Amino acid sequence: MYNPFSLKGKTVLVTGASSGIGRATAIECALLGANVIISARNEIRLKDVLNSLDRSMDQTHKFIIADLATNDGIDALVGQVGLVDGVVSNVGMLPKSYPIKFITNADMTQVINVNLFSHVMLAKGLIKKKRLNKGASYVFTSSVGGVTTYVVGSSLYDMSKAAINSFAKSCAVDFSSRNIRCNAVCPGMIRTPMTQPGGVLNEVDYQKDIEEHYLLGRYGEPEEVARTIVFLLSDASSFITGTSIMIDGGASVIH
Amino acid sequence: MNLNNFIENFADQFEETDASAFTPDTKFKELEEWSSLIALSIIAMVDEEYDITLKGDDIRNSATILDLFNIVKGKS
Repeated sequence: MYNPFSLKGKTVLVTGASSGIGRATAIECALLGANVIISARNEIRLKDVLNSLDRSMDQTHKFIIADLATNDGIDALVGQVGLVDGVVSNVGMLPKSYPIKFITNADMTQVINVNLFSHVMLAKGLIKKKRLNKGASYVFTSSVGGVTTYVVGSSLYDMSKAAINSFAKSCAVDFSSRNIRCNAVCPGMIRTPMTQPGGVLNEVDYQKDIEEHYLLGRYGEPEEVARTIVFLLSDASSFITGTSIMIDGGASVIH
Repeated sequence: MNLNNFIENFADQFEETDASAFTPDTKFKELEEWSSLIALSIIAMVDEEYDITLKGDDIRNSATILDLFNIVKGKS
């Protein structure tokens, strides 16, 4: 059957795969035929995701436990991953929504380690140890935050996501000699454990935000980001590299 | 926890409003300068000064500075 979006025969690594966008991406990749390697810190949740992955096309899946905010975690993943045709570099955290005058050294260090170090050092490790097959596709999870939209209290998060968006383009330049494509996806608000209401914002705030900023009248679902990532991993996007795709229900247009 | 000290820290998050405007009974959301940035600043200030995590709803459910003080006190 004709399907340029198929991932059959490809091996795809998904980091931050235990929940949210990473989990949905691992599941979609498997459904499209990929052999999936999932990575995260939490073994129980990772095993749960592993059990959710489709195997109807004889795909083989595995998980690697690693904290990619540390050198040991990067070494463990690069050491065990083998050769891959696709990488979804998706680790991320949402720091406290505090104004700039309340930024602490500890908060900034944590954001940099989780949202930046994990992406940059993994890319370095994978390319240096020659884990990326020729023609591979590399996708980074950035955000509209720091790229097209800025909100009060999000400076650290937005800064880290702007850096990822930039780093994706640098990878596109650096890795092009091996015909490796590198792109970023920039989700708007997606309903995941990371964005659950209950902290500074509650469901009423979310509804107001949706009405004021989302052309499609709702927040996104993890699967909607996952399917865009699948497109970038597949041969359907074979002439796309160094770009960023907004997945935000039109939020970038209104902001 | 001292109420006067709390009011001082609360007032410190404002730039324009005169210090005399801040009393235990001040309905802070009615102050002209009140904004979402100041709301976040209050939450961050309480974290920094008192090591207590407020939620947005704690601000929403408070009308006066004393209301908020009591919520913070209740969590300490």
